[in-house]
Amino acid sequence: MTSHVTDLGMPRSGVADVPTLGEGQLPLTKKDFTSDQEVRWCPGCGDYAVLAAVQGFLPELGLRRENIVFVSGIGCSSRFPYYLDTYGMHSIHGRAPAIATGLATSRPDLSVWVVTGDGDALSIGGNHLIHALRRNVNITILLFNNKIYGLTKGQYSPTSETGTITKSTPMGSVDTPFNPLSLALGAEATFVARTMDSDRAHLTEVLRAAASHRGAAFVEIYQNCPIFNDGAFQLIKDRDSQAARLVKLVHGEPVSAGTENDRQVLVREPNGSVTFVPEAEAAGRPVVIHDATDPNPTAAFALSRLDDGTMAHVPMGIFRSISRPTNDDLVREQIATAVESAGRPSDDTALDALLRGNDTWTVE
Amino acid sequence: MANTPAQLDKVVIRFAGDSGDGMQLTGDRFTSETAALGNDLSTLPNFPAEIRAPSGTLPGVSSFQLHFADHDVLTPGDAPDVLVAMNPAALKANLADVPRGATIIVNTDEFSRRNLAKVGYTTNPIEDGSLDSWQVRPVALTSITVEALAEFESLTRKEKERAKNMFALGLLSWMFTRPTAGTEAFLKSKFSDKPDILAANLAALYAGLHYGETTEEFAHRYEVAPAAAPAGTYRNITGNTALAYGFVAASHRSGLPLVLGSYPITPASDILHVLAGLKRYGVMTLQAEDEIGGIGMALGAAFGGALGLTTTSGPGIALKSETIGLAAALELPLVIVDVQRGGPSTGLPTKTEQSDLLQAMFGRNGESPVPIVAPQSPADCFDIAMEAVRIATTYRTPVFVLSDGYLANGSEPWRVPSARDLPDLKVEFTTEPNATDDGGEPVFYPYQRDPETLARPWVAPGTPGLEHRIGGIEKANLTGDISYDPDNHDLMVRLRAAKVAGITVPGIEVDDPTGDAEVLVLGWGSTYGPIAAAVREARSLGLSVARAHLRHLNPFPANLGEVLRSYSRVLVPEMNTGQLALLLRAEYLVDVQSVNQVRGLPFTISELVEAITTAVDAGSASPAAATVGAVR
Repeated sequence: MTSHVTDLGMPRSGVADVPTLGEGQLPLTKKDFTSDQEVRWCPGCGDYAVLAAVQGFLPELGLRRENIVFVSGIGCSSRFPYYLDTYGMHSIHGRAPAIATGLATSRPDLSVWVVTGDGDALSIGGNHLIHALRRNVNITILLFNNKIYGLTKGQYSPTSETGTITKSTPMGSVDTPFNPLSLALGAEATFVARTMDSDRAHLTEVLRAAASHRGAAFVEIYQNCPIFNDGAFQLIKDRDSQAARLVKLVHGEPVSAGTENDRQVLVREPNGSVTFVPEAEAAGRPVVIHDATDPNPTAAFALSRLDDGTMAHVPMGIFRSISRPTNDDLVREQIATAVESAGRPSDDTALDALLRGNDTWTVE
Repeated sequence: MANTPAQLDKVVIRFAGDSGDGMQLTGDRFTSETAALGNDLSTLPNFPAEIRAPSGTLPGVSSFQLHFADHDVLTPGDAPDVLVAMNPAALKANLADVPRGATIIVNTDEFSRRNLAKVGYTTNPIEDGSLDSWQVRPVALTSITVEALAEFESLTRKEKERAKNMFALGLLSWMFTRPTAGTEAFLKSKFSDKPDILAANLAALYAGLHYGETTEEFAHRYEVAPAAAPAGTYRNITGNTALAYGFVAASHRSGLPLVLGSYPITPASDILHVLAGLKRYGVMTLQAEDEIGGIGMALGAAFGGALGLTTTSGPGIALKSETIGLAAALELPLVIVDVQRGGPSTGLPTKTEQSDLLQAMFGRNGESPVPIVAPQSPADCFDIAMEAVRIATTYRTPVFVLSDGYLANGSEPWRVPSARDLPDLKVEFTTEPNATDDGGEPVFYPYQRDPETLARPWVAPGTPGLEHRIGGIEKANLTGDISYDPDNHDLMVRLRAAKVAGITVPGIEVDDPTGDAEVLVLGWGSTYGPIAAAVREARSLGLSVARAHLRHLNPFPANLGEVLRSYSRVLVPEMNTGQLALLLRAEYLVDVQSVNQVRGLPFTISELVEAITTAVDAGSASPAAATVGAVR
């Protein structure tokens, strides 16, 4: 695929303030990002593919390895930082976005990544996730969605379809699942994308765009759990069934699914909703051209709703990528402005003035 | 009537009114005038949790008490010498605290039948003789203020009425010979863009002063001479402000940027407010989505090499507990301020209590020791903030600061230190490998400990060659890799405990001037003032009693056991049901006796004097029978 997705005219890169390797320094390789720890996911776990893609992609950023930090919560995916030879913190359940916010805001010279899962990010840590997105902190959030709790051995998760039978829902789950992308868009996220563990090229492309996005980049990665929810995404992984179902979003092009001979395009109905129709029937109808940079999230939201859980049509790619001042830039700017208007950085004299205040008296 | 002011050695004034009457501001201004005069002082604001409870009702009463003297003041005073009651509710809510013979200034305009009925008065107490044992000074405060502002045609009657607190301030300033220049300057700056309101407030202030001078009702005027104090520059400061300044000073002296992650909660929010205004000092404040987010941000910043701070009250600590445990496992510096309030649950948000000691000590899963320090007075909050940072950065550990509502909002004069005389808190980050592997190659072990402090290295991301991962899963000693090895866990639990137990803290000093006391009164935190004042009074009654105060609650000072064992009886007053007593009994097997109250207010001196007297008497009657009245 072309690089449409990475060239969205964003004013400043997400890693603009992160030190890069100097002239003459050898580029890093995947091996440089591989730690000495034995990887302990189950055989066949989708996490292996994501780890390989991330380790393979990171050298491309050209950043100094010591300026990259991965923060995770709790769950299978949250073991991720141990396997990357960068700085890392395996924190507690759901709190990674808050910890990453404090780190990214106080350290603009770091590239900060959050690795989380559907339970970690959308259940116990839901509040931190939506607020990190709303604030638009300069972090990249990778949400591994396998629609199940793996580490606790197979309970239903907030993205499990209604009716899912698990150990904790022997008669089927009665909960309505979250649509992670709709949630992110509703939380004012500036970058929202979806990709899949098994599509290395697409995953890498989305990672590239997410890393260069200045602000909170939210990436949902469909990831197979071979033990507790095997085949959850088989319909869109299987070569035969995926063609009609996968909707690869390309900025500036019509939203479409299917192959050359059997293509469907997305059109806007008079009531504002969107529907797929055979290409032949689309003539004269308003075809939806994907615009990831549209400040209005309505179209992106409509795309996020295309998959109603049946995977009839599953959009993949960048739903939204807009530019909005980041929270951490603004916080640092206020401090810089305050220091500047004081005329000089804080010193003993300035501290003395603060401690004394305006209302003192002297005892001789 | 012109007269020469009578000399008093101390005065306690309580301003009480509706929560919309501006009593906190009036109290603050009177305090500032008093501080400028050089009196020693101590204040106690007391206000409802509701921002504006229905006006004229008992729940809506807000008050501010100030104790000032020509000598060293230790508490805001048990009982007011003067009560200013702005309405019937304020009178009713406070009368029980006012000793007979004291002065009560009432705003007669508010004693309407309707207002009297609101608080259950069937007759007007000003007229029915029920206040005959007090010196009641009825003043039509509202109407006189409105009349004094007659020429301000642009102001509504309501706006004029609002200036009545300045009239009251003027009157009291006259009564106690206070200078008003500070208040004038304050008003000028506050209302710089509202000239009419400024002029009206000044006019009301002067009207109050003149009223005192010209009305026979106020025949007496008083003076309280300045208190003797060590030479230096002084200011008045509240506990919350002193904490905020202490952290800024610690940031300055450590060279670490201060990052506060916090969620608003009474009575801790003022620390967030003060620090949010100090960006000029490089302070970063992040108002988080919740309590957990607040401490998460602070911990993230600490991981990045900043001075991480989170501030809250008891319910917030309950939410932060898991992250405090993570910080203990990560062994990163982090300061957690708990401005304690009445509990459990929401409890008494605006009232003070010391009931989070055991929560701070034990309120986490697993073996998770955390050092605890507690300030003993509003000004001491500054020093305790720096001490907390010293412990956190030296030992790479989360540290608790247990303040409380009484210290947070109370104020006292503070001898302002000079920045360059403050403790040096310089921090050394690790930037090089600290060990060699089996093959003799230099390696970095994130859990290689300093042999003296047992602290692990602090490495800020961005340091080349020392990339490593830490987390909440148990780590192998030295390497920090994930480890489920039984012996390793046993070792790590003991190492973390030994690190905290080994923190160097100053020995406890005992105040025992005669050296023959058999009773020791031991306190911690904000009970310092009431205990010291009570001990002083007990001694003036001829009793022999010793006193000591803990600022370090975990670990305890090394000499504490020896001190406890050298007295026949140890009284431990606490604003809880015996939490420190429980720890002391467990640690030292000493039969300490609790003196408790949880009324949301500090101890009164008289209740402590009574407990001390009983304990001393019990000894002289029969050393074996140490059971005492007010003691549990």
